[in-house]
Amino acid sequence: MIRLAGLLMAAVFAGAAIAAEAPPAADDPALEKRVVQLTSELRCLVCQNQSLADSHADLAIDLRNQIREMMRAGKSDAEIRDYMVQRYGDFVLYRPPLKATTVLLWAGPFALLLAGFVGLVAYLRRRRARAEGPELSAEERARAQALLGGNGGHGS
Amino acid sequence: MARFLIPLAVFLVLVAFLAIGLSRDPHEVPSPLIDKPAPAFRLPALREPQKTVSRDDLRGQVWLLNVWASWCVSCREEHPVLVELAKSGVVPIYGLDYKDTREAALKWLAERGDPYTLSIVDADGKVGIDYGVYGVPETYVIDKQGVIRYKHIGPLTAQVLQDKILPLVRKLQA
Repeated sequence: MIRLAGLLMAAVFAGAAIAAEAPPAADDPALEKRVVQLTSELRCLVCQNQSLADSHADLAIDLRNQIREMMRAGKSDAEIRDYMVQRYGDFVLYRPPLKATTVLLWAGPFALLLAGFVGLVAYLRRRRARAEGPELSAEERARAQALLGGNGGHGS
Repeated sequence: MARFLIPLAVFLVLVAFLAIGLSRDPHEVPSPLIDKPAPAFRLPALREPQKTVSRDDLRGQVWLLNVWASWCVSCREEHPVLVELAKSGVVPIYGLDYKDTREAALKWLAERGDPYTLSIVDADGKVGIDYGVYGVPETYVIDKQGVIRYKHIGPLTAQVLQDKILPLVRKLQA
């Protein structure tokens, strides 16, 4: 029990230590909210599956500070986004702009969906054509009945 | 026959895409700074803290900008390659000592040799941000007009030097 308490204490203090590392934040909650909002749309280049808001990489911390400073200096979100793209390319944007090099990225899923839909329609048409195959003549029907044992043919 | 050929074709296309995707390093993000003027800077020199060096001081020559740090593990890997290159004297290498302390950096160079014509200190990493540095070491080839012509991300190898950087440097020097 004491050990558990110790662990909990350690966890709490570790949290405090991380919090202390974080850059000055609490003095302006509105600005901080804007920072989080913008940085969660920007990719961290060090750990590429994390946003700048989530990442604890050194570079992410520096960039968050940079963005915070720029916001304090009155820059708009669009200006800051441009600043990031100028340095790191469209890759930093989780929502890349639509242009010649990204057309496949934007249109690809819809093209695949369309292809799938066309394929499905073609398949269903063919299946219906097969199901609507030639009707049995009365003679064939009688023969089928006989083969099935004459009991109306409820299969097993 | 088409029943088998179509899935086979789809499968082969998928294999081709995956093969291309797997053979690429997702960490190598193409820099938007290629063929753009190198961002301006004015930073203190590593060996003479009172002296500052700016981008424009380096204009008129082809030069390499190598971003390094004493804390950077893969810089150790590429260091011998840089030392060799410096010995050959083909192209001056300027070091950007990124987010490092002066003492640690000087100790590092004393231990391993100093391939840099000059190193400048980017203690807070601001110039690094301007150059889009995200994974030290990085190496830029900058031409006589101060335009970035090539960027290599990660440790330089003799191979990269022979195949990419030196041919480009010779072309730019001509």
